Order: sequence, then C-alpha cells, then structure tokens
Amino acid sequence: MSINWFKYSSPASFYSLAGKITPIFAFAAVILLVAGLYIGFFVAPTDFQQGEAYRIIFIHVPAAWMSMFLYVVMAFWAGIGLAFNTRLSSMFATAIAPTGAMFTFIALWTGALWGKPMWGTWWVWDARLTSELILLFLYIGFMSLQAAIDDPRRADKAGAIIALVGVVNIPIIYFSVQWWNTLHQGASVSVNQAPSMATTMLVGMLVMVFASWMYSIAVILKRTRVIILERESHTAWVAELQKKGTVQ
Amino acid sequence: MKPRHKKLVIIASAVTALGVASILVLNAFQSNLVFFFSPSQVVAKEAPIGKSFRIGGLVAEGSVQRDDRSTTVRFAVTDTAQTIPVVYTGILPDLFKEGKGVVAQGKISANGIFEADEVLAKHDENYMPPEAAEALEQAAKAQKASLVQ
Repeated sequence: MSINWFKYSSPASFYSLAGKITPIFAFAAVILLVAGLYIGFFVAPTDFQQGEAYRIIFIHVPAAWMSMFLYVVMAFWAGIGLAFNTRLSSMFATAIAPTGAMFTFIALWTGALWGKPMWGTWWVWDARLTSELILLFLYIGFMSLQAAIDDPRRADKAGAIIALVGVVNIPIIYFSVQWWNTLHQGASVSVNQAPSMATTMLVGMLVMVFASWMYSIAVILKRTRVIILERESHTAWVAELQKKGTVQ
Repeated sequence: MKPRHKKLVIIASAVTALGVASILVLNAFQSNLVFFFSPSQVVAKEAPIGKSFRIGGLVAEGSVQRDDRSTTVRFAVTDTAQTIPVVYTGILPDLFKEGKGVVAQGKISANGIFEADEVLAKHDENYMPPEAAEALEQAAKAQKASLVQ
C-alpha cells in the first residue's frame, strides 16, 4: 500500500485534509492542557527550594521549548519553499511564525515573572535571556518583512532568508547555559542525562509540552487554511467552495 | 544536477557558512559574554578590577552576618578554591542562602572587599519535594560521617 504524499503538497488537497484533522488536534490540546494543569497545580509536590513559585515551570518550559522547535520547523519549510518553489511549504512557514512568536513571548514573560521572586530581578542581560529575546525579534522580523512585501512569492523568499539566517540562534539559545556562565540555570531535562526533576513534576511538564504541540498543530493548520484561501482566491476550486458556501 | 538541487546546495552551504561565521564571532566575543566571574578569576586578576562587574559562586557556609540595625549584610562568595568577602545593603532575594548560588554586581574596594549594589540568587536545575531533598541531605551526611571514621 502506498499513499501518494505529494498529493497533499497541492494547496487544494491540503486544504481539505487540514480541515478534517484540525479538530482532532484541537480536542487533544484541550484534554492535555486540562490534564497538564491539573497535575501541575494539584498533583505535583512543592519544590524544596522554590516552594510553590516553581509551578510556573509548567508554562515556562513548554513555551520555551516550543519557541525554539517551531522556529526550526518554520525555517525548514521556508527553506524548502525557497529551494523547490513549492507554494504550500512557504505558506506553512508563514502560518507557523505567529504561534512561534507567541510562545517566545510567553517564555520571556513567565521567565520575568519567575525571575523576580526567585533570582531577585525581572531581567538580566545574560546569554540565555538575551538570545531568547533575539528569537522574538527574529519572529517579528520574519512577520513584518513578509507583511511589507505585496507580492506573496517575493515575500516568501525574503522571509525564508531571514528564517534561515536566524537558525544559528537556536543552538546558541539551547547551549548558552553550558557555553557561558549565566544567571539562568542549566537544563533540568536533556537527552544525555537523567532528568533532575521529581517524576510527577516531570510528567506534568511533559503533558504540558504535548498540549502545546497539539495546540500548535491545530492553530497552524487552521492558519495555513486561511492563507491558502487568501492566496488561491483566484482559482476555480476556491470559487467552487464559495459557491457551495462551505468556506469556514 | 537539476537547478532546484543546485539551489538547495547553495542554500545549505550559505547556512553552513553563516553557522561557521557565527561560531567564530562568538568565540571572539567569548570574554564579553561572561555574565559573572568566579572568585578564582577575580584573584587571578581576570576580572575587570576597578570597573563594576559581577562575581558568582556559592555563599560560603557560616559567612553570612546581618547587621541588626540596617539591611547591610556581609557574606563571602566562594568557588571552593578562592573566597571573596562581599558587603551589600539592600533586600536579598528569597533564595539567598548559605551554600547556595549567588551572583553579585559591584566593585572591589581598596581593602579587597567586594561592595555589591545588586545581589541575585542563582538556583540550580534540581526540582524535588522537600522530603526528597531532606533524604538526600541525610544520605550525604551519613556518607561524610562514614568517610571520617
């Protein structure tokens, strides 16, 4: 059995596929979010040094991970669009940017709220915080550049270049706490060592990470559909949809 | 090579070149990206002595002396090899504790005391319930005791 995956690189067939699967991800996001917050606030124990304040970790870490991960995905699809001139890849990259920017903002904001009571400051210019702030500027730069160029194909290309250039910032954010001494502590969860968190805390955090994934997929698919409609509004299949009144 | 493959190769090499360039730049700026200096670096005169800078390390055990009538606190920052005395007037963060991480900004005075105008707590990446922390502490004490014997 073979599925012709390339079929879905056509905006028209992707549009209908995305429409079908978006509710599944949205539903999973809600369930996981409720479960994750419940574990985070009611099941996970108090921390030995930070007391109850550490619970912001259940928002902060998933948001920070997503901010980096979504950037890599965005740059990947923008790069594919640039190299192969595939329209859908570029639309997908455009659809990812606002969600990535939102998670970056949440990571910075919750970090500030956490930093004040624990470290004693809202903000310091250490390598981790500064590189995460640069990530926010990269997202904003990507979005505003694309918005500033009227021709969507040219906007895609210009955006792709910003996105690809900005990729160097991702390893800098991730490894900043190892490469330089920073006020931000090292990673509690990483690939090459056992997590330095109590199990319930870790479970709650990972559930929240999956919730963020599901949310991102749902929102990005939805946004991609809107972009497809906008850009393909001159085509016969969109006209057909409008006639049927099924454009949601 | 098809034109689109050529394009991909060009993009990939441009990103790689950019990566290498940033590694070189970051390496060149290495010393400026340091958020704080350790007491050993201060003793070795690697820190910008005379200017304001940050020192980081652990608050030395038994070093914290609070003034009864003001918010002035004296403590020492150590990296276990070297120790620098610090004086600070102001409110300390909640996590400020002997044996825990601290980052202080200020200047070294003529008598070798670090006069801080900002003290931040640096906590580690461990998260656990208090009971677990206590059990770990007990185990560490027991191990120390058995080493002494």
